[in-house]
Amino acid sequence: MAGYILEMRGITKTFPGVKALENVRLQVKEGEVHALCGENGAGKSTLMKVLSGVYPHGSYDGDILFKGDSCGFKDIKQSEELGIVIIHQELALIPYLSIAENLFLGNEQTKRGIIDWNETSVRTKELLRTVGLSESPSTLIASLGVGKQQLVEIAKALSKRVKLLILDEPTAALNEEDSENLLKLILQLKEQGIASIIISHKLNEIAKVADSITILRDGRTIETLDMRKDDVTEDRIIKGMVGRDLTHRYPERTPSIGETIFEVSGWSAYHPQQLERKVLDDVNFHIRKGEIVGIAGLMGSGRTELAMSIFGRSYGRHINGTIKKEGRELHIKNISDAIEEGIAYVTEDRKQYGLILIDDIKRNISLTNLVKISRRTVVNENEEVVVAESFRKQMNIKTPSVLQKTGNLSGGNQQKVVLSKWIFSEPDILILDEPTRGIDVGAKYEIYTIINQLASSGKGVLMISSELPEILGMCDRIYIMSEGRITGEVNREDASQEVLMKYMTKSRGE
Amino acid sequence: MEVMKNVFKNNVRQYGMILALILITVLFQVLSDGILLKPLNVTNIIQQYSFILVLAIGMVLVIITGHIDLSVGSVAAFVGAVSAIMMVDYDMPYWAAIILSLLIGALVGAWQGFWVAYMRIPSFIVTLAGMLLFRGLTMIVLDGQSIAPFPKAFQKMSTGFLPDVDGSSSIHMLTIIVGVFLSLVTVLQEFRDRRAQRKYDFEVLPYPWFIAKLVGIVAVINVFTYVLAQYRGIPYILIILFLLVIVYTFVMKKTVMGRHTYALGGNEKAAKLSGVKTKRVTFWVFVNMGALAALSGLIYAARLNAATPKAGVNFELDAIAACFIGGASASGGIGTVMGAIIGGLVMGVMNNGMSLIGLGIDWQQGIKGLVLLFAVGFDIYNKNKTAS
Repeated sequence: MAGYILEMRGITKTFPGVKALENVRLQVKEGEVHALCGENGAGKSTLMKVLSGVYPHGSYDGDILFKGDSCGFKDIKQSEELGIVIIHQELALIPYLSIAENLFLGNEQTKRGIIDWNETSVRTKELLRTVGLSESPSTLIASLGVGKQQLVEIAKALSKRVKLLILDEPTAALNEEDSENLLKLILQLKEQGIASIIISHKLNEIAKVADSITILRDGRTIETLDMRKDDVTEDRIIKGMVGRDLTHRYPERTPSIGETIFEVSGWSAYHPQQLERKVLDDVNFHIRKGEIVGIAGLMGSGRTELAMSIFGRSYGRHINGTIKKEGRELHIKNISDAIEEGIAYVTEDRKQYGLILIDDIKRNISLTNLVKISRRTVVNENEEVVVAESFRKQMNIKTPSVLQKTGNLSGGNQQKVVLSKWIFSEPDILILDEPTRGIDVGAKYEIYTIINQLASSGKGVLMISSELPEILGMCDRIYIMSEGRITGEVNREDASQEVLMKYMTKSRGE
Repeated sequence: MEVMKNVFKNNVRQYGMILALILITVLFQVLSDGILLKPLNVTNIIQQYSFILVLAIGMVLVIITGHIDLSVGSVAAFVGAVSAIMMVDYDMPYWAAIILSLLIGALVGAWQGFWVAYMRIPSFIVTLAGMLLFRGLTMIVLDGQSIAPFPKAFQKMSTGFLPDVDGSSSIHMLTIIVGVFLSLVTVLQEFRDRRAQRKYDFEVLPYPWFIAKLVGIVAVINVFTYVLAQYRGIPYILIILFLLVIVYTFVMKKTVMGRHTYALGGNEKAAKLSGVKTKRVTFWVFVNMGALAALSGLIYAARLNAATPKAGVNFELDAIAACFIGGASASGGIGTVMGAIIGGLVMGVMNNGMSLIGLGIDWQQGIKGLVLLFAVGFDIYNKNKTAS
């Protein structure tokens, strides 16, 4: 039996207020492909950051053994010296430098302090050949597609004499052919004795390349499966990933659902930069009065892109399709049209896209509907304070005054301000993108209550969330997205985490 | 007392600036043996810095949106030159020339606004190009020569005074009357605001403080008009400035357009996703800047009684410095028209005071630079302190 190249034992990592990892164990054998699975937020990325030294030795508890030797890394440089290289989901290449310059960035081939370009070029060619690229070393990164960039990243790892390669969602942004090539390359590297850890949501890919799987859930190791010995099916993995009791409670609600109020059909859109990449493909859905409709999907499945492209075409190019509200087709050209037609979009990232952090609460709330508190475009500032105060009470925003800057509020209170601002715009349709991300359990409950109230007042709510329990606990009907398409629609009664996960991991080829 | 503390805490920057202005004024008043605040000199300061103050009003809007405009000096020179051609070479009536000049300025602003807002080219580059382009055009239309003299009526815009009612007394009576009238309007307005706030059940200043504040404001207005009345009364240019400050303060504080401008500067993406037409707002802010740069150019030309190829050199730097001294943030979203005016006055009083005590232009430049650095440094130090 081969020994372990890597053993992580009893890893515990706490952030202020949250236990991200608790007593995690991960064992990777020499020369194997090891898959790491788990829901969003299960702790996979944190674990890899502990391993690579992003979180330095001492900021976590537990032991890391590499080739049997105990080690603790102060930074990434140290782990890379031993041959542990991590390739992140967001590629870390510099677009306006050449392949050769990128490959040896921070590791320049020098002779007496001066870069030896000939040596660099020769070695680059060699490395590119190993990963199956025929590009010239002087090609700019910006001119390569994502798939080839991914391969350049691997070549870069090889240049550091990698022994353990960690790939975080390597195929998330790739098309099928590129994914296939990448997986083949991983198997090739394995034959050369390079072990890899793959973090992936695509279970079919894991089944194809992995020798064993470790499943994480809520920051704990659930189990490690051997692909050859155990009888591992996708359902088996899914069960490991989601099989938990609902830890949150959801407020009671008796839905009273009316007629269809909002309907989107044949909706498609292209990526704003990568012109040939279709991010949304023939999406159809509808929302009824008083209904909370969920959209589940993994990161990168096109949920946010869908919401933003509907909301005044604020994302994407060549958007096609029709939007109907109460049977009438809408022609929305920009965001103010969308707001006027009664659509509101609560963004995923409240700090960057939701709030003006240097402005106070009242100004943030009034921004979406200044006309309402204005007479002939003159804003009535007294009325504004009254409005803000009423939201402060109604939403229970914890702050000494509505003159407080929103940048000084906690995440939960910021989110309440964002919700207030969109309720103030008097919408009929609310699109909520990750409405409870980064919020503590108490504030979550309050926000769920607000969402329920909105629905019972006859509005249509579309809720996007990465947290499956939240989707299951809140929504009357759920659409599931994968790779820019809707792959399934289930009613509350038929929904379970297993069912959703199955649709979520369904890729185009199947 | 709690209310007072809050009012002060929220406006440290504003009050700090006013305090700095008072300190600098007192300093130079002493150093210059009392010449600084002589009626003649006060009038001089107003007339000498009026064109910078006009630019600062437009510039603060540009800075609030998170941009910068380096071209205003060149645009002012260009418009001054074109107006001279219209009035001197073609004998156009001065009012028609003024209207046309302002339109030309707005068009220049529209040109730059188009590149910044719709083509998304950084404003630093667009207006740097504009700075070179319009300086070049100025020299071309003037053919390297100065054009003079302007019609008398036009010159009056910069150098004229409001006529007196009878003209017999040594004190300018109309100026005193204006002072009293302004005091009345201010007091009435303050009472109306207070009543409105009461109606909404808001906390208001305690009555004695409120009265003290009113007495203070009335005193400042009347002392100022009394000083002016001892010389030749109110210069026309002061009326123009006063109207601009009132209108722009109102627009920025009270209207939807003003709110959208602040929101855009505070967080462009969030503003856009809240329905603010960010491109359109940016565009109009530049159009406005162009028109005000044109006005500034006209005032300068009228004061000099000539259009020269070298007019307006370094105006943009003084205007930008005024905004930053007055509390505007280089990253956008923060700044006030009043702040920019006060910042401009700080620079103006310093320039004038240093000249009075005979400091050379070399020292003046250096000291102004340090004042800009320390004013902004103080601002950032304060912000970090409140944040932690």
